Amino acid sequence: MEVAAAKALGAGIAVIALFGVGLGIGNIFSALINSVARNPSARDAVFPIGILGFALTEAVALFALLIAFLILFT
Amino acid sequence: MPAQGWAGERDLAAEGKTIDALGQFELKTVLGPIGHSVGFTQSSAHMLLAVGLITLLVMYGISRQAVVPGRLQSLTESAYEFIQGLVIGQVGPEGKRFFPFVFSLFMFILFGNLLGLLPFAFTFTSHIVVTFALAAIVFVLITVVALMLHGKKFFGYFFPEGAPIWLAPIIIPVEIVSYLSRPISLSIRLFANMVAGHVMLKVFATFIVLLGGLGVAGPFIAVLPLTVNVALVGFEILVAFLQAYVFAILTSIYLHDAVHLH
Repeated sequence: MEVAAAKALGAGIAVIALFGVGLGIGNIFSALINSVARNPSARDAVFPIGILGFALTEAVALFALLIAFLILFT
Repeated sequence: MPAQGWAGERDLAAEGKTIDALGQFELKTVLGPIGHSVGFTQSSAHMLLAVGLITLLVMYGISRQAVVPGRLQSLTESAYEFIQGLVIGQVGPEGKRFFPFVFSLFMFILFGNLLGLLPFAFTFTSHIVVTFALAAIVFVLITVVALMLHGKKFFGYFFPEGAPIWLAPIIIPVEIVSYLSRPISLSIRLFANMVAGHVMLKVFATFIVLLGGLGVAGPFIAVLPLTVNVALVGFEILVAFLQAYVFAILTSIYLHDAVHLH
């Protein structure tokens, strides 16, 4: 039973990384909104870069999620 | 992988109701004894299906070449132009010869992701062996291209010009590690996105079933996870496109590095 409890705790601790990911994604979109608001004509140039940054940051969240799954299910 | 997890799950397991989120990724052989003897799994079947669908789409799209394109023709053309713009924009004019490679890669991953969203279908991009094989192809390709185009000068890539020489013991290992971790991050990104998305869908789908069995009020509360699941499917379609796009654009960025060395 202690092992199961430790596993649940470990999985919870593993997803603390989402703190940074939340900050990062918020940062990316705030910068994106800022730049589009300042220069609406730059939207087409800036949007793909923003999405790329979002995907790369989201990947970090998924790495943490993966570790949590590995702890829980193996 | 059977979960021998926490207490709540064990109570549910006693009633025969568990959240079996990872069962959907299990490989099973198809086509009866023939498939079993050669290890032909549903993953292989879906890969063949994806390749077949892509071939049909592209063949049909270029077969008529109407001036005013129909739906499928304009779909093919816009996919072609999208990837062409991406590759040429990232790699430059030299990128033209890599376009077929990136286009096949993009379409294969996109169809794999989208096929997996259909009910009863299997997502072959949710297996790390598949995504790592794709990433390894990209990695070998960029290394071979860089070696062929630049020869020994390629190794200068690991030490940027103009950096002070005493920084070499720090910069060179860092650059080598970052170069070698490319296929790993490329494959884990796609695989983890797909696994996480499908696990989430499955968890909320199980909530619907479990809540539906809870007396009179259950089915009414079960509408909530159903709503979430509908929204999640939409989100997963976005993720399917996004991850195929990210894989293609990162491949193009790596190819740019290989062709131009920084």
